[in-house]
Amino acid sequence: MAEVEETLKRIQSQKGVQGIIIINAEGIPIKSTLDNSSTVQYAGLLHQLVMKTRSTVRDLDPQNDLTFLRVRSKKNEIMIAPDKDYFLIVIQNPSD
Amino acid sequence: MTKMTNLNNTEKEHRILSHTDVLPDVPEDIFPMVLTSATQELFECRADEDVTQNNPYKLLKKDDILHDMKARAAVSDFHPVKQTVLNYPGEELLLVFDRDFKYGQSFYLVLTEEAKQRILQEPEEESEQYVCRTPEPQQPWVSLGSELEIEEESVKDTRERLKYLVSRVRKKFGAPVNFTDRNALESKEGYIECTSYQDRNFRLIQMERNSATQAVLNLKSSATQTQRTFPRNMYTQYKPRELTEEEKENYMSSENLKNFASSAFSRFEIAIQQNKIMDVFFDDWQALSEGDIAFGGKADTYLKEYQSFTDLQFSKDKSISCIKWHPTISGVIAVSVTEKMSFEERINGSTKLLLNPPLILFWSFSDPINPQLRLECPDDVLSFDFCPSDPNIIIGGCMNGQIVLWDVTAHAQRLHGKRSGERRTTSAYPGSFMAFEEDKENEIPVLLYCAVSSIENGHKAPVTDVQWLPENFEISITGVPVENQNQICVQVVTCAPDCCVMFWDIRAPRPAAHSQAERKQKMEEKQLENPRGIPNTFKYLDLSWKPLIKVYESVAVFVNETYKQCHLNMAHTHYHYIIITRFDIYLMPEGKVEYALLRVPSEKQLKPLEDISTMFCVGTEDGELVYTSWKLGKDDDSGRLLSGKPSRCFIVHDSLVNTVKRSPFFKDIILTVGGWNFAVWKESVMNGPIILSPCSQKRCMVGCWSLSNPGMFFIGKEDGNIEVWDLLEKTHEPSHIQNISTASITCMKPWIISSKQHFLAVSDDFGTLHILQIPWTLRNPSSSESSVNKYFEKEVTRLMFFDKRKETMAKQKTATEAEEQKKKTLSEKTEEESLAEYESYLTLEKDILKEMGVSLQEEDKPSNEV
Repeated sequence: MAEVEETLKRIQSQKGVQGIIIINAEGIPIKSTLDNSSTVQYAGLLHQLVMKTRSTVRDLDPQNDLTFLRVRSKKNEIMIAPDKDYFLIVIQNPSD
Repeated sequence: MTKMTNLNNTEKEHRILSHTDVLPDVPEDIFPMVLTSATQELFECRADEDVTQNNPYKLLKKDDILHDMKARAAVSDFHPVKQTVLNYPGEELLLVFDRDFKYGQSFYLVLTEEAKQRILQEPEEESEQYVCRTPEPQQPWVSLGSELEIEEESVKDTRERLKYLVSRVRKKFGAPVNFTDRNALESKEGYIECTSYQDRNFRLIQMERNSATQAVLNLKSSATQTQRTFPRNMYTQYKPRELTEEEKENYMSSENLKNFASSAFSRFEIAIQQNKIMDVFFDDWQALSEGDIAFGGKADTYLKEYQSFTDLQFSKDKSISCIKWHPTISGVIAVSVTEKMSFEERINGSTKLLLNPPLILFWSFSDPINPQLRLECPDDVLSFDFCPSDPNIIIGGCMNGQIVLWDVTAHAQRLHGKRSGERRTTSAYPGSFMAFEEDKENEIPVLLYCAVSSIENGHKAPVTDVQWLPENFEISITGVPVENQNQICVQVVTCAPDCCVMFWDIRAPRPAAHSQAERKQKMEEKQLENPRGIPNTFKYLDLSWKPLIKVYESVAVFVNETYKQCHLNMAHTHYHYIIITRFDIYLMPEGKVEYALLRVPSEKQLKPLEDISTMFCVGTEDGELVYTSWKLGKDDDSGRLLSGKPSRCFIVHDSLVNTVKRSPFFKDIILTVGGWNFAVWKESVMNGPIILSPCSQKRCMVGCWSLSNPGMFFIGKEDGNIEVWDLLEKTHEPSHIQNISTASITCMKPWIISSKQHFLAVSDDFGTLHILQIPWTLRNPSSSESSVNKYFEKEVTRLMFFDKRKETMAKQKTATEAEEQKKKTLSEKTEEESLAEYESYLTLEKDILKEMGVSLQEEDKPSNEV
């Protein structure tokens, strides 16, 4: 547990990072640095997005797979790293 | 078998079956039997040897049979006929060989004498009988009359058959045949007709006819129809799935997650750092030259004059005291024109003043020469405001302390554009400027005020500031903000140097029954006489308008002076979403609100709003800023409602405060301008201004925030200069100074018409209204809100730091002083001790000198030592 915490701390200490969420394969948040309602909202929406993206990538080339997803918006950037069992989501504000 | 059964039923004794029972067609006196070969030899009746077909008879002695029967008892063949043989009368029994099995067995025994005789004689007779059979002799036929019928029926020739021979004349043989026609209708015999006739057989009407019927169950027709489904709103409510704490911990400590986290981290590191190094989506080229620059590249902060309005008749030699842009119609601006006279001059020249009534002029960009509308005022208006919910209602505060209401709905068309709409007859002023306005085509309409407040109940000093309260709340009589059910602005705040801040309500107050009737009467009467064409909107308030609440700022805490209010600024209200039940709104068909019918609702009906701040800031004539609440508290002694004590007062400016303005970007930053400097305040920080400008050489007359750039504001000076201050650029001096006119600036108001047109309306002491266009460099938000916020926060921390320092230093000072005091007292007490110390020191000195050989006393005897 300590190693995971340490990794999270290292990410959090980067400049501009607003929040980190770890969710399991079903989309239920495991750990988060944001408040509960935001976490739940992010988890639900991004889980679906990653599923869609992954299926898109695999449809185009079945031997390919999604490794990283970055969603850039006006106010911030959402980065998602998918895995077989977990997703790690980081929200960063790059312009600060 | 029936015989058998009869015998069984009737006779009880057992009876041996007779052969006739078994074989019913055998005569009774013959008994068929079987003879074994032993028996046959014994009785010499061997089949086909002794007895043959032709000679089948054999006579047997009775005694022999009996002997046989005795010898062989039951085995004997004659056993069955034992009784009969015993009873046989004769001496000899006949045994017949039945080769043809006529009676079923190969032998049969004749049981009676008669039968024996008969059978012995029979064969001869029988054979004879079988040889011939003669037919019976014929008898003569007896006639029974049948031959007559036969004769009748038979066909006989009654006579001889005649024979004829017919032939044609010889000459006609072989001659050609001549056919002739004959009309068939000539003679009746020519043809035979079969006419049709109605066969009478078929004229019979069938009266009865057989027909079949069938009984069937009752039939019933019925129908069904399914309900037509219609869409209906359905709701679901869901809750997100969450893990329990244990599960979370399980996950967190799982090996899987650890590996994942470490592998994912590297990806993130790259991405995050990439973002930090460079923002790839930022378009530098565009940012370099954003928007359009009028003069192609010149960094230009010059406020270009767009238009200037001055009226030779009405605003010449006068001063403009207040400017207000029309909130909805773009390009329309209103100014209030006042006389430049001091109080004494006013008293002396009051007659002249009555002749030239002061005005509010409406200017439109479309017409720089003529004002669009003139509003007549009872006295010089120092401040006026448009109602935010209905821009046709204007409220103004006059120099005599009255509040004035105008209703310009009739002229709204005119203000909208160049339309020759309704023309109103201007009132006949005695000796007024009417002489110049003989041209009826382009009349500038003059509108008189609808209502003024009552003189006794109003302010006692010139009203310096008026403001409308926002439409989402209103104030009740005790000063508690309650919900505004009408959602229109109905209340006004005014302040004056008589230490009063008054709240006014434009609705009719709750009257008693009889006064309502009175007022109705009054209204009916006055409706007839309406020569001046004043709209009746606020007739009910005319001359009887009383303020709702008076908030007195004279408080015993500050002994030296009472306050004279000059400028007012309301706290921003927090928008509170509540469901409002609308009642008491009477809307005219056009949708205009009928103010006369609005009533001030009783306090109980309204719900107080909790989250509206009741604090406001007032700037005073002496240069003070007062921050207080308008809620009325109860005075314990007298039981009257009194205003509360102000929470904060600060003397910052040297002369009267002429501007108290909130920043359009930050809700708690306030700019105050007065005397020779200005200050920026933060509402929550009540230690002092967060920014205080240095004193300038000329008086600052007015200030206003920029609408587009946070951290920028404009200051108008006494010498006609406009200073542009940008807090992020320079804080010790303005970033840009520009001279507008030679007279002092009296009022400034910025306005945004479109994204390219940002204007600043500046009025001066000459009565000229200048419209300046803010250039791109000044209107472009070069600084973001966050950076300005940061600056303010920095200032706040500085302030805090200084305050703290002051405190600590004060503490330290007192501490050191106390210490010193202590020391002093201590030192006084121990003077004797110090003398003693001095003595001991002297002796010590002597000893040391002695040791060193530099003693003063020993120098006198040097010879001894050597």
